[in-house]
Amino acid sequence: MSYQATKTTCPYCGCGCNFYLESVDGRLVGIVPDKSSPVNQGKLCVKGWTAFEFVQSPRRLQTPLIRKNGELVPASWDEALDFVAGGLKKIVKESGPRSVGVFASAKITNEDNYVLQKFARAGIGTNNVDHCARL
Amino acid sequence: MAGLAATFGSGAMTNSIDELTDADVIFVIGSNTPTAHPLVATRLFRARAKGGRVIVVDPRGISLRKQADLYVQHKLGTDAALINGIMYVILKEGWENKAFIESRTEGFDAFRAVVDQYPPERVSQITGVSEQDIRTMAEWYAKAEKASIVYCMGITQHTTGVDNVKSLANLSMLTGQIGRESTGVNPLRGQNNVQGACDMGGLPNVYPGYQPVLNEAVREKFGAAWKAEGWEVSLDQGVGLTIPDMLHALDHGEMRALYVVGENPVMSDPDQHHVEQALAKAELLVVQDIFLTETARMAHVVLPGCSYAEKDGTFSNTERRVQRVRAAVKPVGQSRPDWEIIQDLSNRFGYPMHFESPARIMEEITQVTPQYAGIRFDRLEGEGIAWPCPTLDHPGTRFLHKDKFVKGLGTFFPIEFKPPAETPDPEYPMWLTTGRAHVHYHTGTMTRNSPTLHAQMPDGYVELNPAKAREIGVEPGGSVRLSTRRGSITAAAMVTERVPADTVFVTFHFIEANGNVLTNTALDPIVKIPEFKVCAVRVEAA
Ligand code: SF4
Repeated sequence: MSYQATKTTCPYCGCGCNFYLESVDGRLVGIVPDKSSPVNQGKLCVKGWTAFEFVQSPRRLQTPLIRKNGELVPASWDEALDFVAGGLKKIVKESGPRSVGVFASAKITNEDNYVLQKFARAGIGTNNVDHCARL
Repeated sequence: MAGLAATFGSGAMTNSIDELTDADVIFVIGSNTPTAHPLVATRLFRARAKGGRVIVVDPRGISLRKQADLYVQHKLGTDAALINGIMYVILKEGWENKAFIESRTEGFDAFRAVVDQYPPERVSQITGVSEQDIRTMAEWYAKAEKASIVYCMGITQHTTGVDNVKSLANLSMLTGQIGRESTGVNPLRGQNNVQGACDMGGLPNVYPGYQPVLNEAVREKFGAAWKAEGWEVSLDQGVGLTIPDMLHALDHGEMRALYVVGENPVMSDPDQHHVEQALAKAELLVVQDIFLTETARMAHVVLPGCSYAEKDGTFSNTERRVQRVRAAVKPVGQSRPDWEIIQDLSNRFGYPMHFESPARIMEEITQVTPQYAGIRFDRLEGEGIAWPCPTLDHPGTRFLHKDKFVKGLGTFFPIEFKPPAETPDPEYPMWLTTGRAHVHYHTGTMTRNSPTLHAQMPDGYVELNPAKAREIGVEPGGSVRLSTRRGSITAAAMVTERVPADTVFVTFHFIEANGNVLTNTALDPIVKIPEFKVCAVRVEAA
């Protein structure tokens, strides 16, 4: 049996509590609050205590999906990404970069957001980038 | 954000969470802190235990009132009038900080002229708050050695959201309760990385680090930083569209493709039917998420991202602290970290990107984002670092605006009270307000897939005052129908004194009773925050 505890940051609210994700043989089994964190000082709320549960939910998306004959069906990464890249290129060529919009997110990491807005601005060529900070 | 940025030059929380513990007075407005930010609430309790006073101002009788030294229930949407009333008393009694106003601010005279029109008698009529309570709040806040303001969506989700925030900033400058330990104006961010998404330029008007897209020198800098072999970078010269404007553009055929990463606008935006109608018109809707959300179900292509527990990176919390996220397990199925998917897509689109890891991405971030310049992954091992962190040996910054505001002088803005965009009338005679419940998070994508949390609160509900419940003949748990000009929903009644008799409250976590079917898309003219918090509604037994 291999047990690991990995220090990380809670995905739920803006407090940013720190905890250790506990895993046994590659499956998450629990959470231990970080006592040295200046934010939560060894405490967590009910959301933090259970923040490992949804990760390995059977409802997680397992593969890319493409809509065919009105239905979303599993596809390979190559097929899905080529489809999206091709579609975006065509639309940008025909209607210009501002005919594309991008929603960034308050739930993904800084690095994810940075790469996303860089792609939107330097790749697609649009400042149509927003996320739901307002909401 | 826009409100604080206009006043101080930065939209972030001015002080750190732990400083609240040492405040003498904490003024909490529009924030149901124990529910939305439990670990901030612990600081309020500790401050009280040390002899500090907590003032809670909220139109809903939130549970925090029981921990308050003074609880004030004002009428929905009257925040600006209430704060003007408090400032009137402060000026009248001479409790303002004249030295601070003189040396660190501008715009005082025009501001004072407006505040002078809000004597307590008038404010009491508008807000329903007693003159005595207005005076007490003014005295406690102004006379405190260290007073902090804490606010959340209850302040910002109005058509007057920016005005409300500016009013709070006015209050802090008037009394010099800013730029010191345990003072300041502190917006609590709803979602975990709202701060980071803003810092990273996830906004239509700024690049990373709040550098304006309209500034030519800034544009040149980014054009150079983002050069890539075999690709001509041609940056958009104008401000982009906000989310509501993008939905509008889709609806009117001016926008053809939308790439949504980690958002669920069908659930989180106001007026759900309008959102669905707009999204349905996209020729190419691409949704990247960890679950098949309501928005993903409408997509042409769905890309499986992986969760926080399966990837490396950083989040920036509500006090600007950049902290590590670390992969604990392998991604489920074929899911991949979002940055990898986006990079792969960019390469196929034709714009080359070759980041090897999130640590390398952070290195590029630090080169173009002054606030993050001194941050590296290896420096984040312990407690993380609060920006601004300008150099590699800088320890980070606990509170902002110490000897001068980020923008130089702080600006007083005169703020007149404006009533909410939609008020009750004979057809829709009651107030509807929305918010969140403690076990759930935003649109419920994560929390409703968590068995423990789901078991605690499986269904949506409507909070209804006992008097109103009797009047329309609904028992606790019985079914009620809510109708607004935009649609109607049915949900179970939770009969509670938390809401006044003329008001109902719904959450937006549940698709089957989603409050956003009902809410108003009237927008704050500057930041375009929808008026989630108030609209007019009819309530019946169903
Ligand atoms: S544990 Fe609770 S309070 Fe802490 S970040 Fe997570 S959701 Fe917020």
